[in-house]
Amino acid sequence: MTTPVLDVRDLQVTFSTREGLVTAVDGVSFRVDAGEVMGLVGESGSGKSVTGLAVLGLIDPPGRIAAGSIKVKATELVGQSEKALQKVRGKDVAMIFQDPMTTLNPVLRIDTQMIEAIRAHEQVSEKAARERARDALAKVGIPSPEERLNAYPNQFSGGMRQRVAIATALLNRPAVLVADEPTTALDVTIQAQILSEVQALCAETGTALVWITHDLSVIAGLADKVAVMYAGRVVEEGPVADVLERPIHPYTAGLIGSVPSRNKRGVPLAQIPGMTPQLSKLPPGCPFAPRCGYSTDPCRTIRPERTPYPGGRAARCHNPLDVPPNTPKADAARELTP
Amino acid sequence: MLVYLIRRIGQSLLVIAVMAVLVFLAVYAVGDPVAILANPEATQQELDAIAARLGLDRPLWEQFAIFVWNALQGDLGTSFVYSESALTVILERLPATMELAFVALVLSILIGVPLGVIAGLKPDGLAGRTIMSTSILGFSLPNFWIGLMLILLFAVELQWLPASGRGDTVDVLGVPLSMFTLDGLSHLLLPAFTLALYKSSLVIRIAQAGTREVMLQDYVRFARAKGLSPRRIVMVHVLKNMMIPVVTVLGLELGSMIAFAVVTETVFSYPGMGKLLIDSINRLDRPIVVAYLMLTVFIFVIINLVVDMLYAAIDPRVRLSEAKG
Ligand SMILES: Nc1ncnc2c1ncn2[C@@H]1O[C@H](COP(=O)(O)OP(=O)(O)O)[C@@H](O)[C@H]1O
Ligand code: SF4
Ligand SMILES: [Mg+2]
Repeated sequence: MTTPVLDVRDLQVTFSTREGLVTAVDGVSFRVDAGEVMGLVGESGSGKSVTGLAVLGLIDPPGRIAAGSIKVKATELVGQSEKALQKVRGKDVAMIFQDPMTTLNPVLRIDTQMIEAIRAHEQVSEKAARERARDALAKVGIPSPEERLNAYPNQFSGGMRQRVAIATALLNRPAVLVADEPTTALDVTIQAQILSEVQALCAETGTALVWITHDLSVIAGLADKVAVMYAGRVVEEGPVADVLERPIHPYTAGLIGSVPSRNKRGVPLAQIPGMTPQLSKLPPGCPFAPRCGYSTDPCRTIRPERTPYPGGRAARCHNPLDVPPNTPKADAARELTP
Repeated sequence: MLVYLIRRIGQSLLVIAVMAVLVFLAVYAVGDPVAILANPEATQQELDAIAARLGLDRPLWEQFAIFVWNALQGDLGTSFVYSESALTVILERLPATMELAFVALVLSILIGVPLGVIAGLKPDGLAGRTIMSTSILGFSLPNFWIGLMLILLFAVELQWLPASGRGDTVDVLGVPLSMFTLDGLSHLLLPAFTLALYKSSLVIRIAQAGTREVMLQDYVRFARAKGLSPRRIVMVHVLKNMMIPVVTVLGLELGSMIAFAVVTETVFSYPGMGKLLIDSINRLDRPIVVAYLMLTVFIFVIINLVVDMLYAAIDPRVRLSEAKG
């Protein structure tokens, strides 16, 4: 078995706030192999961005990584000095962010912002770095890249800016790319384009891709596997096709229900009722219990543990919905389905 | 862009015209220059003769008309005291004041920006809090008092720097400047520092607020995600964005720097426009006062125009949107 390029184990990230210590990420584990695409899905506030930032060692006070391990190419990042992390960021692990309009520095030219990303990690001439930047722009489909290098960010559209950011992030052929909802702010058609472009680029270099989104449909056809987050925990994980087809966790089912689908056009979306919980006031049992249509008494008192299921799947639920065959729980789950 | 420029110049001309009326009326209301210029034993005929020679016997509106007519031809009157063109007298002092304001401006950037950035990067740290509370002193201590204290300390006690006057000058493109000679610099340092102190505090505040804001921006996070060193992030990404408000405010403050120079020049007996103004007010040398005020208004207007251009030069967003519009 190969070692995964990104191996996150029992990650816990806390923020000390005025309301007390908030655990934004609580015991998150996942592994991504070279060239693999993992979707990290969940509603806003579920801890996706914090997880992504933690992988780059970018959690700033009042936040901190309280426990767990993050290994990139078998090298432990948790506990590393800021200087050591600097060498990893942009080199082994890269990240792109949600809002393309604010992700590039408005007063610096594109060439400055790309060349510095190369020269932060490699001693190459300005000229060589510039050529690499130009080729990278061409690769993400930016026309006349040589001239565009001299442009400022405000001379690009949102989609083009995100392409520049992607090109910049991939300049050093990182082992891992964390993409934090990079298409959410963009037009739907451009979203799909960019996602498939990034996927193709990552496949080419063997870069492991962690694609963060609140929209399951975005990753449906593209990701290999998915981890669904709720209130700082991964509540369900597994191969993306299986999870979408037969979700085990009621929350995942709810997310799928709220995905607009072609065959249900005109039908209002089944929204998950209720609000995302306040992390400082989590109920003692299952954090999803107040919103869950399947909750039973144990749900309100006992926190569900991570339970593995066949086919490389796992979930945290006392009343799993559609358990893959050959599991004793399957029948029980069906009975409970209202 | 051209339309914008023409509109801005039109506005500027209007400001100058309004100021001309105000300045003329205000100065006319101050004292009777004839009484000061004439020999105390002079007869009424002699006084009338002086008034006639200076044009002071004519009605107010006529004096104003003559003033405007002459001003349009670049003649702002003849000094009663120096018997020379008022503008010439002032322009002779202009380099000294401009130089003082310029050195003070540079000092306030050299002092204010680094301190502001340090305070902005760690607003809750000891250094940050110390810088911010000290900067309040810079705001509240009176200019002349600081000047006197500096003279006491560096000129009287330590005897490191001269207390007054302007040092040796060299001609640069025909303008006598003292900041390129050692003696000149040593004379400039104390008054420039005095003048810079208030502005430094201002720059610290703007730079601190700017740094805090810029550090929270997505592009700084992206820069960190690229693995850039903190040094590069601060020196390139933060500084360039933060300098936009600093340059704007300082540019606008350059005018008030020249105005503040009145006090500083007087304290340090520095032979600039400000000291000339105070002397001329004491001697009721109206043409000088009028010419000084008109020239200052003119300089203010020019500075504002230049700041707008400079602003466009730093910030591509301004540059490009105005190019379109
Ligand atoms: N700087 C911070 N200070 C305090 N709490 C934070 C901070 N950043 C994130 N959190 C907490 O972490 C939770 C998850 O945030 P985030 O990872 O951004 O969610 P999302 O899944 O929408 O990306 C937030 O709801 C908040 O409670
Ligand atoms: S544990 Fe209970 S409340 Fe939580 S998701 Fe499962 S059924 Fe719902
Ligand atoms: Mg987020």
